[in-house]
Amino acid sequence: MGGTALAFYWVPNAPLEGFRQRIFYFHVPIALTSYACFGWAAWKGLRLLWTRDRRYDLESYTAVHMGVIFGILTLLTGSIWARTSWGHWWVWGSRQLVLFLVLFLFYAAYFMLRFSVEPGPRRANMSAVYALFGVALIPVSFLAIRLAEDLVHPVVLTHDVGSKLTGSQITTFLVCLAGMLALAATLYSNELAGKRLDVRLRELREALQ
Amino acid sequence: MTTAEKYATAAYLVVLGIVLLYVVLYSFKLQRMERELTELTELARRRPDDKKAA
Repeated sequence: MGGTALAFYWVPNAPLEGFRQRIFYFHVPIALTSYACFGWAAWKGLRLLWTRDRRYDLESYTAVHMGVIFGILTLLTGSIWARTSWGHWWVWGSRQLVLFLVLFLFYAAYFMLRFSVEPGPRRANMSAVYALFGVALIPVSFLAIRLAEDLVHPVVLTHDVGSKLTGSQITTFLVCLAGMLALAATLYSNELAGKRLDVRLRELREALQ
Repeated sequence: MTTAEKYATAAYLVVLGIVLLYVVLYSFKLQRMERELTELTELARRRPDDKKAA
């Protein structure tokens, strides 16, 4: 809420993009949050493979779930920004958009893999390995924005941030990023608690019947 | 309201809408789990009676 207020009422219009640049203050934090969720899922997958502790399976699965939700939000907000900036909802020629879509579809397919295998250690291991493979796509997707030759997608965050963003813009961006990460962490812990409850209910039912 | 303002507002509303939709779906899931828990509690309560009867 604070980030939204700052983005709409405090931060000045960007010289080239104008008012529409305000979409940046949540589109980019949402995209970074989805990367963070996928990274977290891979870390939990690695922990599962390392320790064989089954609780990491549910944690990895929940993180992918959250990452996919934030991925949908990234695609939707990005599409709206594209429409107002370039006049198109989607540009297939843009490498970074297509790479993010590939990353998103890769993780969407995670659910198909997970639910096509019987619950147990085999499914947990397969899901963990899949989540680990997916994380390799994150740096490719992130760097594509910098390495792409089409120059359609704006590169706002660079190593010399000061040259592109003013102090108020950086502050607003960081507030929005912190808010989005906090939202993801809250949704993750709620979802994880729900999934754990679901598993325990199933176990209780099996014990009672 | 300019076109840019409309699109920026729409983008914020989409984010808000999706998060709200998630919360609503999660509340349905909680309701389902509550029903299941009630059912299992009833099942657990009936079990000692069944044993006595046997």
